Amino acid sequence: MDFTLKIWRQENASAKGRFETYKVTGISSDCSFLEMLDILNQQLIDKFEIPVCFDHDCREGICGACSLYINGRPHGPDSAVTACQLHMRKFKDGDTIIVEPWRARPFPVIKDLVVDRSSFDRIIEAGGYVSINTGGVPDANTIPIPRANAETAMDAAACIGCGACVAACKNASAMLFVAAKVSQFAMLPQGRVEAKERVMRMVAKMDELGFGNCTNTGACEAECPKQISLSHIARLNREYLSARVL
Amino acid sequence: MTKLNARIPEGPLAEKWTSYKAGQKLVNPANKRKLDIIVVGTGLAGASAAASLGELGFNVKAFCYQDSPRRAHSIAAQGGINAAKNYPNDGDSVYRLYYDTIKGGDYRAREANVYRLAEVSGSIIDQCVAQGVPFAREYGGLLDNRSFGGAQVSRTFYARGQTGQQLLLGAYSAMMRQVNAGTVKLFPRTEMLDIVLVEGKARGIITRNLVTGKIERHFGHAVVIATGGYGRAFYLSTNAMGSNGSAVWQVYKRGALFANPSFVQIHPTCIPVHGDYQSKLTLMSESLRNDGRIWVPKKKEDVEALSEGRIVPKDIAEDDRDYYLERRYPAFGNLVPRDVASRAAKERCDAGFGVGSGLAVYLDFQESIQRLGKHVIEERYGNLFQMYEKIVDENPYETPMMIYPAIHYCMGGVWVDYELMTTIPGLFSLGECNFSDHGANRLGASALMQGLADGYFILPYTIQNYLASEILTPRMPTTLPEFGEAESHIRERLDKLMQIKGSQSVDQIHRKFGLLLWELVGMARNKEGLNKAVKEFAMLREEFWKDVRIPGGAEEMNPELEKAARVADFIETGELMARDALQREESCGGHFREEYQTPEGEASRNDDDFMFVAAWEYTGTGKEPVLHKEALHYESIKVQTRNYKI
Ligand SMILES: Cc1cc2nc3c(=O)[nH]c(=O)nc-3n(C[C@H](O)[C@H](O)[C@H](O)COP(=O)(O)OP(=O)(O)OC[C@H]3O[C@@H](n4cnc5c(N)ncnc54)[C@H](O)[C@@H]3O)c2cc1C
Ligand code: SF4
Ligand code: FES
Repeated sequence: MDFTLKIWRQENASAKGRFETYKVTGISSDCSFLEMLDILNQQLIDKFEIPVCFDHDCREGICGACSLYINGRPHGPDSAVTACQLHMRKFKDGDTIIVEPWRARPFPVIKDLVVDRSSFDRIIEAGGYVSINTGGVPDANTIPIPRANAETAMDAAACIGCGACVAACKNASAMLFVAAKVSQFAMLPQGRVEAKERVMRMVAKMDELGFGNCTNTGACEAECPKQISLSHIARLNREYLSARVL
Repeated sequence: MTKLNARIPEGPLAEKWTSYKAGQKLVNPANKRKLDIIVVGTGLAGASAAASLGELGFNVKAFCYQDSPRRAHSIAAQGGINAAKNYPNDGDSVYRLYYDTIKGGDYRAREANVYRLAEVSGSIIDQCVAQGVPFAREYGGLLDNRSFGGAQVSRTFYARGQTGQQLLLGAYSAMMRQVNAGTVKLFPRTEMLDIVLVEGKARGIITRNLVTGKIERHFGHAVVIATGGYGRAFYLSTNAMGSNGSAVWQVYKRGALFANPSFVQIHPTCIPVHGDYQSKLTLMSESLRNDGRIWVPKKKEDVEALSEGRIVPKDIAEDDRDYYLERRYPAFGNLVPRDVASRAAKERCDAGFGVGSGLAVYLDFQESIQRLGKHVIEERYGNLFQMYEKIVDENPYETPMMIYPAIHYCMGGVWVDYELMTTIPGLFSLGECNFSDHGANRLGASALMQGLADGYFILPYTIQNYLASEILTPRMPTTLPEFGEAESHIRERLDKLMQIKGSQSVDQIHRKFGLLLWELVGMARNKEGLNKAVKEFAMLREEFWKDVRIPGGAEEMNPELEKAARVADFIETGELMARDALQREESCGGHFREEYQTPEGEASRNDDDFMFVAAWEYTGTGKEPVLHKEALHYESIKVQTRNYKI
């Protein structure tokens, strides 16, 4: 397969970016999107040009590093997958593909397609944990937890911290990401103890870092590679309201 | 041989750890604040250590190369984590977990460490549950367990197919809590490039900021490396693209010993290679072997007809299928340990019975689907089947999966004593990057257990025994000549790399090297091949340093430069792997020497001559390293030949 790629190039955080056009030919349909970029980079290296920078590590959809905005969609046209799990068979031979970084104020571009998502770590730091130390905890089976609650907690905990929800949101809201963490803990007795402080602190941090408000458009859920549900945002809202009331 | 003292506490096996803790030195709270600890790596081992040390009151600096510590490769572990909780009441115990681990490791692991691992395993599960890790539960609300990798008891805890992710997020959260408390300082997108020794003790590291390219110096009263395995040396592996062996290689070059470098694990169930552009291999969890049956055609005609597309797997009659694991190992069948399953697949493919590209075998769920119903299989493996379909574009409910072995894990690593300290005082090594617990073959679900045991429950004790004597050591300025020397060494190395401006990209050379490593130091090894490997790798090292091409500059974000430094280390590591495999004239665990096999093709171990840990000492690039041997003794277990036939 042959493709024309329009890729965002930007030397560093302060440089002005621009789209560059490249051609790749003879790509196998079984090739992954990132492997296609590897092939492009090899071409660039052959010409002594600077390869395109993009974040990636596990290449199997779990580390959350890859963060490509492909043809106007975070992680590209396939649903419920990350960009690293996207295969070229999802495109048509001859397609022009536009590749951009996440575009959101709290995620500044570092270089080309690489952005700084450390604001997510700051949000977790503000309260995304259960405040216990190592050791001295009760036996794991002391508190039975209804299976359904554990499953819901797991649904939320599956978030990979990729930031696609923020990139998809017109307000650059991090609600889905924050809700996933709040909801996971809200469903478990271990997390309930600090539920109120947690939700207040995480939401305050999210606001402080410049993420926008949630206006319930649902773009985040549609683009989330882990299919984190909007119902977690509803739960966050309930938790937040009840924390404020007291 | 004074170098190797494992410092195993006296006394009966079951009491060693208790008596160690009773007698060890501790650091009082006021002094902890004055002590700095560097932790390189934020996977299960590093993050759990950084969190626990921070909670105790030490000053911790934590480093990782990813943009967030939460992305360490532990995140990718699927199957589960073992612990001797005996919740299912099926006869598990600390002793049994210890026994299985020693036996699974083919009697090449250190008994005292393994026993301690089994002993603390239960606490790991308690800790994780308290952190809010959403493990799978039964309808009664208690934790669910499954049997994994052929264990006769169900001791594996899991969180869907994302156990590593959930455990890592637990450890990461605990660490982030300490970041908030001010005891842990994070350095993401920062790569360690060298270790600094002052008067023979580990006192700091030199790093490169991967965003700006800036070289920086960091002091610590002690240094902990938890940087994972070096499996990416093979180019294609189940490891992450950035996984590397560089920290291990740097400390080796500074005097730490490298133990059993040739012990690598080849996982039997990975999606086969499908093209030369391929960048990595995807693991299909071992749990699939609980319900999948592995086979290849019995007849060459069928192999041909399949490859020409004249028939599909379903067309092959039951009698014409060779369920070779069930045939060769009636007692364990499809659940034989990884090393055995991998070799058997290679044997069939080498004999010309491979399917797909010729390097693949079938993993078939038809029988289970008929017996249990599709919904049961979907409930158990739904996400894995989906992942397979996304990658291969075939539906495993309808047609068997194709799998082939791939490099997955490194049992070898930095030599450590009972306290997890290397031969460099003040330098500790945790998780996959040390060698201690898995011998020549690791059992499924044991790496997560080991990483968290090391980080939560072992190092926080043992490091104090060392630091108790350091309370009077003031923080050292990084202007010391030792830091300067290490930094200029790094600067020279990076300059040299940048100046080569050769004709081949890093990946091109890496791919070439990886293929050779796989062919000569992979699943089957022999003397001739290993000798060839030592020579070829030395040549490749020279080729690399003459011909690699790295575009861009060193003072900016430059992934090509990052990769180049790692690949340079991989090539040298490969040479040591080959030497180690050459030295070990026996077959054990994942190390299979073709010269040492039984008439039926099974591994033939030689306990009289090789029941030792091979720990290598660096003497200079391209020079022959010195071999030190740590003899292994087993007091509480009878050394037997592994037998999975009856
Ligand atoms: C696909 C897959 C599935 C697996 N499934 C299971 C399973 O089900 N059960 C099980 O028990 N085990 C499993 N394993 C094995 C297990 O996941 C690993 O052995 C274990 O997670 C390693 O943890 P670690 O903390 O030692 O290292 P890692 O998690 O690899 O972390 C390494 C850390 O070191 C950092 N680092 C590396 N080099 C440098 C450097 N030079 N400078 C700075 N930082 C550096 C990285 O950034 C990272 O933070 C699996 C492995 C893979 C690949
Ligand atoms: S909620 Fe979904 S899109 Fe957002 S960070 Fe998590 S996984 Fe990514
Ligand atoms: S590279 Fe890890 S999720 Fe894509």
